[in-house]
Amino acid sequence: MPQFFQMQDIGAIVPELELIVFGMFLLIFDLLVENKRRLGWLAIAGIAISGFFLFRLRSVDFSAYGGMLVLDPFAIFFKGIFLIAAALSIALSLKYLDIERENHGEYYALILFATMGMMFMAGAVDLVTLYIGLETMAISTYILVGFLRSNQKSNEASMKYFLLGAFSSGILLYGMSLLYGISGSTRFVDIAEALSRRPVTDPISLMAMITLSAGMFFKVAAVPFHQWTPDAYEGAPTSITAFMSVAVKAASFAMMVRIFMVAIYPLRPQWLPIMAAVSVLTMTMGNIAAITQSNVKRMLAYSSISHAGYILIGFIAGNDTGMTAIPLYLLIYTFTNLGAWAVIVALRRKDVIGDQIDDMAGLFFRHPTGAILMLIFLLSLAGVPPTAGFIGKYFLFAAAIETHHNVLAVIAVLNAAISIYFYFRIVVSMFMREATEKTGLLYAPGLTMTLAVATIFTLLIGIYPDPFIQLARHAVNLGF
Amino acid sequence: MDFFREHILTIVAFWPLAGMFVLLLFNKENKTLIRGWANLVMISGFIISLPIWFWFDRDTSDQMQFVQNIPWIQTIGANYHVGIDGISMLLIMLTTLVGPLAVLSSWDAIQDRVKEYYAFMLMLQAGMLGVFISLDFFLFYVFWEVMLVPMYFLIGVWGGPRKLYAAIKFFLYTLTGSVLLLLGILALYFTYPSIAAQHPDIAAQFGMGATFDVLAFHAIAPYLAYNLQYWVFLAFFVGFAIKVPMFPFHTWLPDAHVEAPTAGSVILAAVLLKMGTYGFLRFSLPILPDGTKHFVPLMVALSIIAIVYGALVAMMQPDMKKLVAYSSVSHMGFIMLGMFALNPNGLNGSIIQQINHGISTGALFLIVGIIYERRHTREIAQMGGISNVMPVYAIIFLIMTMSSIGLPLLNGFIGEFTIVMGALQENLWWAVAAGAGIVLGAAYMLWLYQRTMLGKVENPANAKLLDLNMRELATLIPLIIVAFWIGLYPAPFFRALDKPVNKLVAKVRPDYFQGAPRLNAEIQERR
Repeated sequence: MPQFFQMQDIGAIVPELELIVFGMFLLIFDLLVENKRRLGWLAIAGIAISGFFLFRLRSVDFSAYGGMLVLDPFAIFFKGIFLIAAALSIALSLKYLDIERENHGEYYALILFATMGMMFMAGAVDLVTLYIGLETMAISTYILVGFLRSNQKSNEASMKYFLLGAFSSGILLYGMSLLYGISGSTRFVDIAEALSRRPVTDPISLMAMITLSAGMFFKVAAVPFHQWTPDAYEGAPTSITAFMSVAVKAASFAMMVRIFMVAIYPLRPQWLPIMAAVSVLTMTMGNIAAITQSNVKRMLAYSSISHAGYILIGFIAGNDTGMTAIPLYLLIYTFTNLGAWAVIVALRRKDVIGDQIDDMAGLFFRHPTGAILMLIFLLSLAGVPPTAGFIGKYFLFAAAIETHHNVLAVIAVLNAAISIYFYFRIVVSMFMREATEKTGLLYAPGLTMTLAVATIFTLLIGIYPDPFIQLARHAVNLGF
Repeated sequence: MDFFREHILTIVAFWPLAGMFVLLLFNKENKTLIRGWANLVMISGFIISLPIWFWFDRDTSDQMQFVQNIPWIQTIGANYHVGIDGISMLLIMLTTLVGPLAVLSSWDAIQDRVKEYYAFMLMLQAGMLGVFISLDFFLFYVFWEVMLVPMYFLIGVWGGPRKLYAAIKFFLYTLTGSVLLLLGILALYFTYPSIAAQHPDIAAQFGMGATFDVLAFHAIAPYLAYNLQYWVFLAFFVGFAIKVPMFPFHTWLPDAHVEAPTAGSVILAAVLLKMGTYGFLRFSLPILPDGTKHFVPLMVALSIIAIVYGALVAMMQPDMKKLVAYSSVSHMGFIMLGMFALNPNGLNGSIIQQINHGISTGALFLIVGIIYERRHTREIAQMGGISNVMPVYAIIFLIMTMSSIGLPLLNGFIGEFTIVMGALQENLWWAVAAGAGIVLGAAYMLWLYQRTMLGKVENPANAKLLDLNMRELATLIPLIIVAFWIGLYPAPFFRALDKPVNKLVAKVRPDYFQGAPRLNAEIQERR
């Protein structure tokens, strides 16, 4: 491995570079262009170009910058998820921001910067790269959460998210510094090697593991570090909530995979019980709290907490099935959840906030297509076949059974059954209550595009998942 | 024609679904067109399913026929594998017969949201047929869950006053059962490769890799560890027993039945409950023989409780529909008792009785629905003397009452008699309990008939009721024909069942046909 910078290292980060350049240009164009929606389409074009570069790099397996960054199938798969999520989130925000009267060019630039940060997270095999990527993502997101400047809730959410996020980053950094102290290196492989040479009960290793885990659990919103999620998700602009719930979550999980399955893999016997407890608590608390919510944004926030709990099963199983399940589940969750959020965005009209369950009453009569699409997304979130969500859950449950985590599997499936209850509260409202107001759904080309893409993939992955499973399997072929 | 013959199961199962997609194109205001189309699809669906009855080879009825096996999700070894033996053949014919009748019965009863109603009915029909043809566990599970959604909507949208509660209760109960079932399936799925590795004959037939093939699971059944069988049986038990429903899990049924629209109740009673018993027959018994034998005492006890308890509760019901619903609990107890006698008589009777229950309880729900459409109440106290104003109706009701209580010449007798015989072969007391159930069944059904149909018309509201019209007759007559057919000449049915049942018994009790030891002794020995 070459020690110093080489020209070809640049080649490994072309998609990211392209996003930065585009983001900068967007900031400049913001001064020139009156119609901000054009900026949005421009941002989507930028993402598409970045995606094109990424596609050309698809078969590369390459370690750049002296081993600080890799471009392997895992990174490429996750970068793909981030780009899709970013493009669809922008598409669904074009009209929404107009209605909220907050359509500014920075919005799109910030999404691009956040996406860029995520892409570095997915490729990072070094603590420094990882942390810089993480903070780029996090800081952009803090601002985006508070983007509804005149809205008190949004400001509050941003502040909460920022304070807790900064705090958790500090804890994470503390763990990282301990790891550096143990190994004298910031590279994951060196850390793993150093850890494996120490006794398993070494207090400093444990300290590092615990602080690191706490930081990670905060980022993926696992219980008991989940408190920020409902507030941040509810207060943020709905389009940003959608973005956070898929892209930020996927990035955090990508980071978790690299840390837990590579860097601190030698401590697996120690972190396994913690992970199992957190997983059980996360899915159970998420589901139970969701039952009582009357605000759809909060309900889906709790539901996203419980989904994080399911995904943790993949780490606990830690075998091929479990590792395949993580990227696969996140891909499926991206499409499904973006679709569900898109319907909620469509409910926001000039005079209606549209985020209460009662606002969805009789949606079927006002807008049958919207209601049926929402039904498909909710079924997928609940994991009912033949939607994609079932395939994702199948892999997680299968992983648990395969590694004989039977109790965990039983708790997980019972949770999946409970979740039907609150998802179907929305269904009841949409299909079985009288319409309270007559206004239809918001219509905009970008929103329609998001809904179409989300629906097609939610059904396609549910009915013919083979190619997607193969992709995910290829992605996690890291030699853990 | 050859194409049709080779793909008949797929065509029959997906026919209603294709019809549903066409139906979605219609204007929702054009109710007559929608009703007509839905009926056309269902009736043609029955007609194209008839060749199954005639082409089905009864000499090899224990082998899977009309088989299709196409790779589907190769990465996990799930295939589109369909095929039927004698047991599933009968259940498919029951489904394609009852489906159109249920749809026809809702012509007048459903007036709002007609388009969605028929779309869900067609979807439900496809899902149910899919369950009975699947020979791949993954495919089975997909169909098994898919039909929950339309049923949920049928109860939740077109149901009675407490429809939302009943619908979500139905959904949650069955979903909880089925996710545990999924875990059981997965446990088998991951056990298969290690067993196949040790038994080259199995590996040669079904491959080395993990598979969801039901026949492969049948093949590895003798080599499954006792401990695994125990747990997987429990997982399957929860999944299937909720569907049946067996005694402690039955509480969703009366709610669902009472709130569901007539057609929903008919489908629920006639077909959906059979999916639970079919699950036991197709999966629990042949795949987990040791687990099955271990749990016989529990299963029999629960069945007997269901028989007696269901009958006693039915007797006290003031509502006709609720009475029939609880009678279902009791009858399903009979079916489970026959099945867990684990001998040819018991199993034959159990399967025939599944068909009978579909016919007679389906008809009884139609009958209750007809009076409800006229009177908008189902309270028994509101009725009385109806035979004076609706003579044809009263006669049909009488026939179906007799069929339900097991009068000779009618279908119920054949089933109950065979079940009692099977139970008697194993244990005198089981048969006594079953006999008590029959007596109680006669009591509550005859009492119901007496209170509603006989006597003078006391209630002026009943004085001017119209007798059955042609459409209502058309929904009931096919069921009456089948009831008499099974009652008078059940041989074609038994002939389809004989071989698969013997094979099943041989699988669960390998030495049954050599010396026929008593089941209890066998169970003791296993322990």
